[in-house]
Amino acid sequence: MSRLFATEAERRLIPAGGIRGPVPLLIAIMTFVMVVVAAAGLALANTSSVVKVGVENRHSIQINDGAAKAPAAMAAARSQPGVTRVEQVPPEELRRTLERWLGPASSDANLPLPAIIDVDLDAGADPAKVGTAVEQAVPGARFVAHSTSLEPLLKALRGLSVLALGLVLLVALASAAAVVLAARGALDTHRATIGVMHGIGATDDQVIRLFVRQIAIDALMGGAAGAAAAGLVIALILGRASTARMLSGAPPLGWNDMLLLVMLPLAIALLATQVARFALRRALREDL
Amino acid sequence: MTSAIVEFDRVGLRYGTGAEVLRDLDFRLTEGGFYFLTGPSGAGKTSLLKLLYLAQRPTRGRMSLFGDELSHASRESLPGYRRRIGVVFQDFRLIRHLSAFDNVALPLRIIGRSEQEIEGPVREMLAWVGLADRASARPPTLSGGEQQRVAIARAVIVHPDLIIADEPTGNVDAAMAERILHLLTAMNRLGTTVIVATHDVGLITATPGAQLIRLEKGVLVDPTGALRHPPAMPGAGRAS
Repeated sequence: MSRLFATEAERRLIPAGGIRGPVPLLIAIMTFVMVVVAAAGLALANTSSVVKVGVENRHSIQINDGAAKAPAAMAAARSQPGVTRVEQVPPEELRRTLERWLGPASSDANLPLPAIIDVDLDAGADPAKVGTAVEQAVPGARFVAHSTSLEPLLKALRGLSVLALGLVLLVALASAAAVVLAARGALDTHRATIGVMHGIGATDDQVIRLFVRQIAIDALMGGAAGAAAAGLVIALILGRASTARMLSGAPPLGWNDMLLLVMLPLAIALLATQVARFALRRALREDL
Repeated sequence: MTSAIVEFDRVGLRYGTGAEVLRDLDFRLTEGGFYFLTGPSGAGKTSLLKLLYLAQRPTRGRMSLFGDELSHASRESLPGYRRRIGVVFQDFRLIRHLSAFDNVALPLRIIGRSEQEIEGPVREMLAWVGLADRASARPPTLSGGEQQRVAIARAVIVHPDLIIADEPTGNVDAAMAERILHLLTAMNRLGTTVIVATHDVGLITATPGAQLIRLEKGVLVDPTGALRHPPAMPGAGRAS
């Protein structure tokens, strides 16, 4: 059975430090970027799904020409099956919201205010039927799903998550390319030793083993350092006010996400080892 | 008839798109024989040795080693054949950062022997070549002759079926050359086929029973036909 790594005696064939160079530092930087970007992507994806779940059964009735028609609209809504909550947004709250745009003018008693009524439905309710009932009871009233209003935001969040995933893959690809260059450089440095080994009857696997252990150690060390630095940055960001938490009321990264982020440096080490193995095998095949 | 350990059938070799450096080599070397490969510089001796220790493939013709046709053998199958060949390179090709012990132990480690199985034979082999007290020395600290002997010890440590030595006495004095020849003939007596490339006429004349392979301008010169039709018993007579 072929061993994965070289023995102590075999390791003496490649002098210590012979293939290190900038590889651990490079992998540390790549891992740092990957973990931070992956964390951001996961946080955005979580926020998007929490917001989506939070608003998917929530609707509003909007009546532009005054609060007088609100009771009729509320009664129409309550009469429909599956409606769990009907509650008018207090005019004071509307004025507070308008104050951001209008300033003190928002307190003007002559300012026409729309009536806004929050309506929650249970999962089995038919929003179209509720909307029709409200619009028939109060002509001009609009029955609007919150998810429709938030769709552009959700779309942007989903897009950013996909972008983060793409960046993670791109950095992984760059890491793999760096490992390929490092592996080929190491092979060139030790070409004479490898020539002797092949001449004596060493197989490619035996030669590859000499290098793979060092590359795996470099990748693990670099990955651990990069991940630790990224963890620190993520902890600092999460420790401060979080927009995602404000939007969703939940922490932006769950335990599963943390586990995924912890696994990332291990995945990078595994990727580096496999890429190095593949690159070395290809390079060795250039000779007889 | 004694079986052939090496068989060449109209073998040619060229590097890239250059002219052929070896042409129509057609010969058989019998198992247990002792052969000298001679010829002027540029005759193609090193190229022929490269074919023999499987560092090159022939560009035409058929080449058999140990009874197997290897001209088109898969790359993956070659290590198995190389492990049956001990090579002493003219420039030794010792690994500079390894001790004499580790250099000699390398072929045993490559075939998967454990450290316990390696220690004894390597010490014994180093003693055999007179380097028992230099086991931990690295090649740059060894003299040319000592390096030569480490290279020979490395070549014979696995008791190969075939030993190929390129100018094994090129860097040593007459006494050491005699000693090296003694080592090679001792291996030959144990059944190993030996091929030695050399310009040293003294070495050739000091080896009764050895046959001669002479190359000139990439062509085999075999006036007696002994290589094409070797004698039934190894050591039955010299070809030239």
